[in-house]
Amino acid sequence: MSRLELRGVSKSFRGLKAVSAASFDVAPGGIHALIGPNGAGKTTIFNVVAGVYAPDAGEVLFDGRAIHGLRPDQVCAAGVGRTFQIVRPFAGLSVLDNVTVGALQAIKDVPAAKKHAAGIIEKLGLSAKRDLPASSLTLPDRKRLEVARALATRPKLLLLDEVMAGLRPTECDQIVAIFRELNRAEGLTILLIEHVMRAVMALAQRIVVLHHGEVIAQGTPDEVVRDPAVLESYLGEETEV
Amino acid sequence: MIARLADGVPRKGLWLLAALLLLLTLFPLFASGYLLAIGFLILYFAYVGQAWNVMMGFAGQLSLGHSLYVGLGAYAAAALYVHFGVSPWIGLGAAIGISMLAGAAIGFLAFRFGVAGVYFAILTIAFAEFARIGFDHFAWVRGSSGLFLPVANYTENDLWNLRGSPVMFYYLMLAMTAGAFVLCHALLRSRMGYYWLAIRESPEAAAALGVNVFRYKMYAVVISAAMTSLSGVVFAFYYNNLFPEQIFHISRSIELILGPIIGGIGTLVGPIVGAFLLTGLAEGLRELMLQLGIDVPGVKQVFYGLCLLLVIMFLPDGVWPPLARKLGLHR
Ligand SMILES: Nc1ncnc2c1ncn2[C@@H]1O[C@H](COP(=O)(O)OP(=O)(O)OP(=O)(O)O)[C@@H](O)[C@H]1O
Ligand SMILES: [Mg+2]
Repeated sequence: MSRLELRGVSKSFRGLKAVSAASFDVAPGGIHALIGPNGAGKTTIFNVVAGVYAPDAGEVLFDGRAIHGLRPDQVCAAGVGRTFQIVRPFAGLSVLDNVTVGALQAIKDVPAAKKHAAGIIEKLGLSAKRDLPASSLTLPDRKRLEVARALATRPKLLLLDEVMAGLRPTECDQIVAIFRELNRAEGLTILLIEHVMRAVMALAQRIVVLHHGEVIAQGTPDEVVRDPAVLESYLGEETEV
Repeated sequence: MIARLADGVPRKGLWLLAALLLLLTLFPLFASGYLLAIGFLILYFAYVGQAWNVMMGFAGQLSLGHSLYVGLGAYAAAALYVHFGVSPWIGLGAAIGISMLAGAAIGFLAFRFGVAGVYFAILTIAFAEFARIGFDHFAWVRGSSGLFLPVANYTENDLWNLRGSPVMFYYLMLAMTAGAFVLCHALLRSRMGYYWLAIRESPEAAAALGVNVFRYKMYAVVISAAMTSLSGVVFAFYYNNLFPEQIFHISRSIELILGPIIGGIGTLVGPIVGAFLLTGLAEGLRELMLQLGIDVPGVKQVFYGLCLLLVIMFLPDGVWPPLARKLGLHR
């Protein structure tokens, strides 16, 4: 059974078809990437999976269970963690408190949740900034904070929306290593949206290509980069490999 | 439990709190009747400010209609006492119940249908206004002619029926203010407290982290309403008269939020500092003008406005956060 399965998912905004009849699945323990040009509908797909929007049509299955129509907090409780492309830190709270909010999803006891949060902050290299307000963080650190908060909920599936944008290549490699390790050690399934092809090629076992809301190709990285439709509509324009 | 409450609170902060509590406890021993009345008023505003702060400061939901809960609490307990001789402590049950229901109704309407921000604030005003007009025509509580509690010259303090001297009311208010402080401190450190702050900072992010935003906003409104209604009960038995025109009036709602705004929204000490500053200074000013024989109507309102202006311009987080940093305290 797939960890995540989309069957014919569509979502429009006032007539604009942001996603149309998208179908793909993510295997348990896999790392898959969702790529496509700006406005292709990638973030909208995350929002549908995470319960921000109910799809106009189609189904979203998580471990075989239908989750479309659930609220975001219910989707999170089911085991889906997500980051926001446009970061949404709890600006007035410390880094530790930000991550503790996520940890409280998995661990009800506050001191224990704090301890769990501190461990994740350590893992993401934010320990030095643990007690600073999130508002004082730089954008790359805010992206790390997004990841830390989502990870703290102990998800089975992690949705990462352009968390590497703006990172320097070495920072990018660091975070790639973290995701690999989480995937290997804890069997965490990851679906990531990324423009940085360096990260996509390094991480993804499978790639789904979206264009104008439609899935135009999917397969292994090798298959996808050779796909004529992909070359024409996407990679041809901005090859960053 | 008690030990855990003090965990992580700076030592210095605990000493300062203890000193303040001691000072306030000894205050009636050397205060005149007039000073005692001001002391009561300060504590009253510190308490309601704390209650309002749960909703706005913690959960980020602006209520401009908190006079609703003061009024409902006051009327519920006073009417039961006047009509049936029921002790205000039993009346408090009704007061809290009714206020929580009112809070839940407002919260449900607003949060279910996505009424937020300014529109939510307007909704809270509307409900307080409904109550004001409704109670004006509510014959059982004597409508607009006002509900009066029987008064006599009390030689003994009857705490059970809240009949007695100003000193008794002062200590009651002090206990309530201290209790509300401890309660809010505990709430803020609980899972619910974390969830409230998360909702205040970003409801979308909170939801993505598993927070049932609707439920926790409801808790904030209902808890705040319940706390506020208790101050209404004491208010009724202290002043012994209730008029819908006064108690539900929007100016009362505004008055009670000035303390926490000036002291520091979302902080535990802010409502207390704000109450001291505002009520203390306003009464001092009034006394000074009385001594000087100057009589300008509306001077208190102008003074409030000026304080608000200064704080918003120079200390947008309120007086307490920068003061706390100076003293080397966190919250
Ligand atoms: N809430 C919304 N209301 C209206 N239109 C929206 C909304 N969200 C997305 N859209 C539109 O839907 C389309 C897909 O947007 P989406 O954010 O999913 O793209 P994306 O693939 O994530 O792009 P990017 O790479 O720029 O992040 C765009 O045309 C966008 O303008
Ligand atoms: Mg996007």
